[in-house]
Formats: sequence, structure tokens, C-alpha cells
Amino acid sequence: METAVIDPIIFRLSIFVLAIFVGYYVVWSVTPALHTPLMSVTNAISSVIVVGALVAVGVELVTGEEMVSKILGFAALILASVNIFGGFLVTQRMLAMYRKREKPRSED
Amino acid sequence: MATNLAALLYLAAGVLFILALRGLSSPETSRRGNKLGMLGMAIAIGTTLAFKVEEWDALTLGLIVAGIAIGGIIGAIIARRIPMTAMPQLVAAFHSLVGLAAVLVAAAALYAPQAFGIGTVGGIHTGSLVEMSIGVAIGAITFSGSIVAFTKLQGLVSGAPVSFAGQHILNLALGIAALVLIILFCSSESHALFWALTVLAFVLGILIIIPIGGADMPVVISMLNSYSGWAAAGIGFTLENTALIITGALVGSSGAILSYIMCKGMNRSFFNVILGGFGGESAAAAAGGPAGDRSVKQGSAEDAAFILKNAGSVIIVPGYGMAVAQAQHALKEMAEFLKEEGVKVSYAIHPVAGRMPGHMNVLLAEANVPYDDVFELDDINSQFPNTDVAFVIGANDVTNPAAKSDPSSPIYGMPVLDVASAKTVLFVKRSLGSGYAGVENQLFFKDNTMMLFGDAKKVTEEIVKAM
Repeated sequence: METAVIDPIIFRLSIFVLAIFVGYYVVWSVTPALHTPLMSVTNAISSVIVVGALVAVGVELVTGEEMVSKILGFAALILASVNIFGGFLVTQRMLAMYRKREKPRSED
Repeated sequence: MATNLAALLYLAAGVLFILALRGLSSPETSRRGNKLGMLGMAIAIGTTLAFKVEEWDALTLGLIVAGIAIGGIIGAIIARRIPMTAMPQLVAAFHSLVGLAAVLVAAAALYAPQAFGIGTVGGIHTGSLVEMSIGVAIGAITFSGSIVAFTKLQGLVSGAPVSFAGQHILNLALGIAALVLIILFCSSESHALFWALTVLAFVLGILIIIPIGGADMPVVISMLNSYSGWAAAGIGFTLENTALIITGALVGSSGAILSYIMCKGMNRSFFNVILGGFGGESAAAAAGGPAGDRSVKQGSAEDAAFILKNAGSVIIVPGYGMAVAQAQHALKEMAEFLKEEGVKVSYAIHPVAGRMPGHMNVLLAEANVPYDDVFELDDINSQFPNTDVAFVIGANDVTNPAAKSDPSSPIYGMPVLDVASAKTVLFVKRSLGSGYAGVENQLFFKDNTMMLFGDAKKVTEEIVKAM
């Protein structure tokens, strides 16, 4: 611990902790009427795990071990893609249904 | 340089995801928010592709195109075809996919650490092993737990809680075993231990969810939502990817907040819900059979139509029964008719109505009910005393006055919709059976309550016809 260099994991941890707080305040401001779309969109965005799947599929084949990675990555890629497309599109479909009253009556 | 640029682009994707959630603060901004979320995802994927593509051979490119196409087509078809009433099980199924994807990516990193820049086989950095094992454990729990939730919601298995002696001790023991496996794995990088941990977490996920009853599903789904976020964050640390870390944190806290809101809506602690076993589905009483010696007033669709038409104001209280019967369209038709007659119609939504947060709102939106006619419990509860008719359709426990008046009731303290104070209560219900909490609703026996027995959709259609 003599050196003045901070382990990069501390930076990632800082981002993580701050993002939890951002999430906390942002989610409390979500209107309860949109809680179902909130769940489906969080589902879609958590599929950004697809970047890991892409790296795994792209692994260079040297020994046999990497083939395992490639196959696992390919499976993960399909699952994450289902979620990305399914999640965003179903959210869009839901959100398109929310509409205002056509002729607003008295404000109360 | 290229690495820094990639990191900045991932950060941008993370910010766009925050804006996607922020957009959901009102229906007007929500659609744009969703588009920003899509843009964020496109940036994240595009960045990975752009910075890796030169390393890839034809096989890899083919697999990537095929994988995205297969998954994308399946996802798009599901999104288009799924009925809105099936949304809770769809979300559960999607959670399971995130969980499984986390497990697969962690395993892939274990077998080819050099591709992820976390060391070499047999020499993965300890920090990465810790992140990986936490990610895989939570991912596996999310996967199997969501599968159980899905089968319960889809009706493939009974929604009744499954409990047995020593259940909590067993779960605790398995939880401790998982921790021990994580420690052993991190010090040995043994593949066998990795898979043992994965299997153990799968089993744990099943055991955690089976004791929770069908009507507690809003909490379960929210909780699994949260888990899928933490699993993603764990993998994000392994991949040193900011977009994934931010997203994991957002989703994790989102699910946690929703769980909290749902628990508060039932006045129960989170632990009380997840330890499970609360009120098994009681055997429903035979249709129309009066319970005990107290009598209920039973009405016909014609009576209900007459009362509704002559009312000045009506509040509709939908519940899970409306979703099961798919009665939202008939309900909207009835409301339209009443509005034409000059009746003021609004909707009151209890936080835990239905099987997931916001379930009723989506169904009403599907039936074209304007969202400014739909109110949350706190906003509308004071209106009931000035309301002529409360029309309760497929809801039960959330209207039970015992929650306020009877300290011995299991649902005492739960916030309820104050329908009893409306001048007349019309209660659409299949039978006099008690709700999931196993509590009889005193509302049925009150003088100003009229029961309309039957399927929610059929009864509503009959009322519309009678108008």
C-alpha cells in the first residue's frame, strides 16, 4: 500500500455505488402507473450483458478450452438478444397504449 | 486511446439507460425514454463490435450475426404476440434469461480468461474470481427462481405455497454452503467447484421461491428483477464494463424499491414475504353459497345497470379477477356508456392489485382507458365518501374494511381502498370465497353492498346489455 496508485477496481466500485443512488432517486420518481413498463425496460437494459457474450463468442481458438467459451457465449448471445428485442419492443407496445383523455375536463 | 474511447462510449450507454428510466416519470416522456434506452443498447453493442471486429474470423462473425438474428426474431415475435394479461409471466421469463446469460458469460470467462483480460487459465486474478462467483451465484438463483415464478404465474403449477419442515434451516445451510464454495473456488479456480456452486445456486433459487404464494408474486417478481440487476453488475465488474456496472446498479435498486413498495402495499415486512407460506389458496366456497348464517344481498345485471345509470359518480376498483377474466374491454365499454349518461367515472388502483407492480394500469391502458382517469390509492381514497357507486371487479382483500377495524385480522394494518364508505358497493365476484389472505370480507354482508356473482367479463357484458 506504499504506492499512491489507486486500484482501478475502486473507480468501478465508485461508479457502482453512485449509480445505485442515481437508480434510487430515478426509480422513486417513476409514476406507479408505469411500474410494469419499468420492469420490462429494466429487463431489456440489463441485457447489456450481451457485451460479455460478444467477447466470449469472439474468443480466439488456441486450445480446446476456448471452444467451450465460444459455445457458452453463443448461447448467452441468443438469450440476451431475445431479451433486448423482446424487452424494448414489449415496453414500446405497452407505452403506446397509455393515452390522455381526449377532451380534458375541469382540472382537479 | 481506442480503449479510452470505448470506455467513454460505454459510459454514454449507461447515461442513456438512466434517461430511459427517468422518462418513465410520466407517460408523455416515457416513449422517448424507451427510444433513448434502445439507443444506449445500440451504442453498447456497436462499440463492442467496432473495437473487436478486426480480431474476428469468419466463424465468429457468422455466429454473432446468427445469434443476434435468432434471439432478435424470437424476442420480436414474443413482444408482438404476448397478451397484456400474460405480462407478469413474460417478465418472469425475461428475468430468467438475464440470470442464465449471466451464468453463461461467467462460465465463458472462466474457460477463456485471456479474452476478457482477466488473466490466464489457472491464473485468473483473485478479484475477478470473486466478482465472477458472485455474479454466477446470483445469476443462477435469478434463473431458477424466475422459472418457478413463471410456472406459478402461467398456472403450470399451483400457486399455493410449498412448505415443509426445516425449510428455512435447509435454505440457510445451502446459503452458507454457497459462501463456502465461493471462498474455495476463489482460492483454487477449480472448474468443478464453479459448477458445483452453479448447481447449488440453481437449487437455492427454486427453494427460495416455492414457499411464496401466488398472490405474493408482485414482491417475487420485483425481487427477481433486483437480483437480475445485481447479477449483471457482478459480471460488469468482471468485464470491467461501465455500462454493465451502471445498468446493474440501476436495475438492482429499481427491483429493490418495487419490492419495498409492494411490501408496504400489503403492510408486511420483506422477510415475512420471502419466508413465505402466507395464506394458501383457501378452497373457494361454492358459487353463491352464503357463508355462515349471515345473508348477502344478491343482484342481477339489470339491477346493477339501473343503479349505475342513476349514479352521479362511479369509482371502479379492478383486481386480479379482472385480469383473469380479461374483463378490461367490457369494463371500458361500460364506463363509456356511463360517461355518455353524464356519470363521472374514475378508476382506483391498489398498489398490489394484480400479479405485478402496475399490472392493472397496463390492462386499463390496453382497453384505451385514459390514464388521467386512473388514480392511485392515496389520491382517490378520500373520494369514496362522496361517491355514489363503488364498482369492485375481481378485487377482494384490498377492499376489506377489517384491515382497519379488526386487529386480529391477518391483513390488519394493510392500506385498503375505502369502498365501504361509498353509498352503494357493487361487488363482482365468482363466489363468496375469501381472498388469498384467507380472510372473509365483511363488506359482502353490509346493507349497502350488492353482490353480482359470476365471471367478471360475463357480468360486465350483461350489465352493458342491460343498459
